[in-house]
Amino acid sequence: MSLDTEVAPLSLVITIGEMPVRLNTMDQRFLNMLRERYSGYVVPAGDAEIEFDIELTESASADPDADVSVRQSNGLWTLQRGDFRAEWMPAKRRGWIRQSANPYSIDAVLRIVHTLLLAQQGGFLLHSASAIRNGKAFLFAGVSEAGKTTISRLAPRDVTLLTDEISYVRKQDTRYIAHGTPFTGELAKLGENVSAPISGLYLLAKGPENRIDPIAPRDAARGLLANLLFFAEDEALVQATFHSAFEFVSRVPVSRLTFVPDSRVWELIK
Amino acid sequence: MSRLYVSRNPRVAARSIDGEMMIMSGRDSTLFTLNKTATVLWQSADGNTPLDEIVERRICVEFEVEPGQALLDAESLARELASHEILQLSERPIPQPTTAKHGESR
Repeated sequence: MSLDTEVAPLSLVITIGEMPVRLNTMDQRFLNMLRERYSGYVVPAGDAEIEFDIELTESASADPDADVSVRQSNGLWTLQRGDFRAEWMPAKRRGWIRQSANPYSIDAVLRIVHTLLLAQQGGFLLHSASAIRNGKAFLFAGVSEAGKTTISRLAPRDVTLLTDEISYVRKQDTRYIAHGTPFTGELAKLGENVSAPISGLYLLAKGPENRIDPIAPRDAARGLLANLLFFAEDEALVQATFHSAFEFVSRVPVSRLTFVPDSRVWELIK
Repeated sequence: MSRLYVSRNPRVAARSIDGEMMIMSGRDSTLFTLNKTATVLWQSADGNTPLDEIVERRICVEFEVEPGQALLDAESLARELASHEILQLSERPIPQPTTAKHGESR
């Protein structure tokens, strides 16, 4: 006698930037790992804007440092790196991811998907720490070693950390809102899943004293563009993101923040 | 001697800010910042005006440079920008797409 049994997928919904993404898997241990990895961003099961079926493979030997490829053809996005391959059709709000049972591949897919979603809405992901103080969000942008993690680590108790590595910037009417992200840097601590209007972007520089200096609009634009996360080989989205960056610097004050690594720098951030 | 025509590549994103042109490749998101001479060349690259005329009417006037050397420099610059797919080059006038935007200024 045979039993026809259909195993229902296990799933959870991860909401970053108010965008719920459902992940389906057949592997309970992987699901548990996701639940722990994205703690604070997992919401009770409900409607999701996007749904991905994750197919786990045995091989974990593929190179996660390989170049990422993000392309769109006939409404189908293909996302590929050494350690994963994924397809996503926005019109159907569904896709699939093939990867081994590790947290890095799914993390990369989520970042890419969010950059694509944000690009269509005037927002972006930015290489920056971000934090909320007195109801206002501040971004601290810079390349690796610029001080994103350091300034996050130095934050006083009244500061709510949104991320020490990748900021989530959404456009809402004429304002920009920073949301917490689970995308961590050296601090290895998830940001709080909260949001606030952005009051300033600081381009980080290390120096002999703590000071804030105004910068010319072109340097502000260049500084922002240099720190944008963008993966897609897609002319329309590249153009949209490029113009979004200029729109952002026309609305949000951008300054250079030079700091020595001690907590007094936060006396300047209010 | 054939004349060289230059045209802005409509597939890049461009903005002028503080007199400086910033351009992002639509292909690979590479960011370029053009200096003042390159910015004038970019702004004049309408596909119909030969490069020697651009040099004579715009570059020599704005930068007070000697025409012969200016043309050599402009050709070199145009070929470099073309290698990054920022400009298109041709020995014939380059038709412009009717809907193409070459960027915004503010």
